[in-house]
Amino acid sequence: MVESSGSSLQVSGWFRPKRASQPPARLVGAARGRGMNCRAEVLEVSVEGRQVEEALLAVLHTVLLHRSTGKFHYKKEGTYSIGTVGTQDIDCDFIDFTYVRVSSEELDRALRKVVGEFKDALRNSGGDGLGQMSLEFYQKKKSRWPFSDECIPWEVWTVKVHVVALATEQERQICREKVGEKLCEKVINIVEVMNRHEYLPKMPTQSEVDNVFDTGLRDVQPYLYKISFQITDALGTSVTTTMRRLIKDTLAL
Amino acid sequence: MKSSSPDICIQEEGRLYPPCDSLVESVLALKGTSVLYRFVYAMDTDLSSQDRKDLDKFIKFFALKTVQVIVQARLGEKICTRSSSSPTGSDWFNLAIKDIPEVTHEAKKALAGQLPAVGRSMCVEISLKTSEGDSMELEIWCLEMNEKCDKEIKVSYTVYNRLSLLLKSLLAITRVTPAYRLSRKQGREYVILYRIYFGEVQLNGLGEGFQTVRVGTVGTPVGTITLSCAYRINLAFMSTRQFERTPPIMGIVIDHFVDRPYPSSSPMHPCNYRTTGEDAGVTYPSVEDSQEVCTTSFSTSPPSQLMVPGKEGGVPLAPSQPAHGTQADHERMATCTPSDGAHYIVTPSSSEDTETVSNSSEGRASPRGILEAVLVRKVGALVNNSVDQVTMTNLDIPFAMFAPKNFELEDNDPMVNPPDSPDTESPLQGSLHSDGSSGGGGGGSSGNTHDDFVMVDFKPAFSKDDILPMDLGTFYREFQNPPQLSSLSIDIGAQSMAEDLDSLPEKLAVHEKNVKEFDAFVETLQ
Repeated sequence: MVESSGSSLQVSGWFRPKRASQPPARLVGAARGRGMNCRAEVLEVSVEGRQVEEALLAVLHTVLLHRSTGKFHYKKEGTYSIGTVGTQDIDCDFIDFTYVRVSSEELDRALRKVVGEFKDALRNSGGDGLGQMSLEFYQKKKSRWPFSDECIPWEVWTVKVHVVALATEQERQICREKVGEKLCEKVINIVEVMNRHEYLPKMPTQSEVDNVFDTGLRDVQPYLYKISFQITDALGTSVTTTMRRLIKDTLAL
Repeated sequence: MKSSSPDICIQEEGRLYPPCDSLVESVLALKGTSVLYRFVYAMDTDLSSQDRKDLDKFIKFFALKTVQVIVQARLGEKICTRSSSSPTGSDWFNLAIKDIPEVTHEAKKALAGQLPAVGRSMCVEISLKTSEGDSMELEIWCLEMNEKCDKEIKVSYTVYNRLSLLLKSLLAITRVTPAYRLSRKQGREYVILYRIYFGEVQLNGLGEGFQTVRVGTVGTPVGTITLSCAYRINLAFMSTRQFERTPPIMGIVIDHFVDRPYPSSSPMHPCNYRTTGEDAGVTYPSVEDSQEVCTTSFSTSPPSQLMVPGKEGGVPLAPSQPAHGTQADHERMATCTPSDGAHYIVTPSSSEDTETVSNSSEGRASPRGILEAVLVRKVGALVNNSVDQVTMTNLDIPFAMFAPKNFELEDNDPMVNPPDSPDTESPLQGSLHSDGSSGGGGGGSSGNTHDDFVMVDFKPAFSKDDILPMDLGTFYREFQNPPQLSSLSIDIGAQSMAEDLDSLPEKLAVHEKNVKEFDAFVETLQ
């Protein structure tokens, strides 16, 4: 049942990411080649089918809240000013939980799209209902022609999702509350990690800003990020690998 | 900058330029004698005066914004602010956090021009108050400063951004503690109050086993700022699912003291606010003073030159959201501002039975420094008591029970209100009535005539002298309830109620088998 499967935060700290939850090999190769460690955090949630989207959105938005700034406006003399980030409380319909996200419809739409795809993939896979979604923050490093730009991840958040099926209404009610409490714990864990003030990319100059930030949104400016997901079986190996990338800038392959 | 050499700052047209030799020379050349020199000695080692001033400003506004976030999160409604891509100069830490003028006013009052420092923390206390007047502390949010300094950190840039990150963390954490869900459901049965105080953190009111969550820390050259929350987990009957207006039943009592050591300096406020129309004409100054604009310019090249935008920041914000969920049908919460500046909450009772502890202080300060404590007497199992009996105790003054009270309470406690004379009527008779209606019985001791108290030693007519000379109060208490059932008083370890219940089916089965015998027995009786 929900409680026994549990949700635990494994904080990995500074280490090389495990194989199973690896983003595509190309990116990892770049990281390894540079000898730069990528911070990886793993969160696990056990939810009912209809709670998948809200649980994922809650986690992703909480992370992005901390990893987004206002829009930069560069002025002469190398100074810049930062726009204002608004926030919104979002109540979940299927979970007793409220989370805060940045007030940006574009960002919310992008996240909802990928989470919806994940949910569909989970449903269609017919497997055990196990999957994981990775939110990766990366920096672009321009390479000389003919080599393409490298993407160097500096932080990866992986959310492992386990879908349970419940029989009675009472179980569902309990699940609402339990998952709400678990998500509260997840938020506290996320904040804990954020508070460590570990590596963050340096504030870029105007010419470099697109290598660090996603400047395509109208009202906020998150760090460059990618979201990908996999449906896994119980052993954690990938049964159906479905990769979706949300890359705002074109990336020549 | 070493402290040995003075910092030369050039102030021109209201702008401060950090010291730089070539700049001084070039300006001198241009302006001649119209340049104003100011020699400023750095106050701290390695921290320029400009940085120090900026840091103080950041900490001050961080404290104010922290209070805003916390109180707004407990208003009971969803908060929504808009992002704006162009900076306005008034959004501190690049976050759109509204400023409720009343809250800022209270926060500034509590801070009284000081900043959080070692041993002087800024605390926001969130508590819950039921319509019956019982209150309970739910959370204490603490903004503390300790001595661990980070000299290397850049004030105008890194510290500012980390404070911004900390505010975002605070936004997330305030939705996650148990009090959030309680506050979303406030309204008819209870309201959420806040209180800001400055000084030592007091965690006693949170009950046993309270938990702490750390929101985050930011190191600065003058110390490390820590933001944390201690919250109560022993919510007893306060679980959101089960909260109903039922009278206390056996075993479930509200037994909380609310100790307010500084009653007059930091009163409670509701976590809601009214439109200006209902505010009875109380207006608060706009938040930002003309000098205090937030820095919105950053530089990518060190050393960062801070350009202070020339225009005024600050938008006076009138609370435009309507009062939410606080206007219950039959009860109104109104704030009044007595002349001494204390805020009290007045809750007129809707019925005679409801007793409130709130001090209707139209111009009165807290009762002569008496600690305000709420004690609800445990009600015996079979007593038909629909009224919460409340007495006030003062923990400092001896014989506090006899101190004059300022509340319109029906006090039935014979210890406090001994009947005047035992001859007129049976005092036991009068004091055995425990519902509120007969509070006046037994000699007319209502709550109002407490000027002189005389301990009267009773010897009721039927009490025997050879047994311990029992006085009325002891007798009353001892024989108020029937004695405990022997089956309930045996050792719990030996046989718990649960086991009794479990063995019931078997016992029933046995009895059912012998039903014929029982029937025969009954017939013999007839």
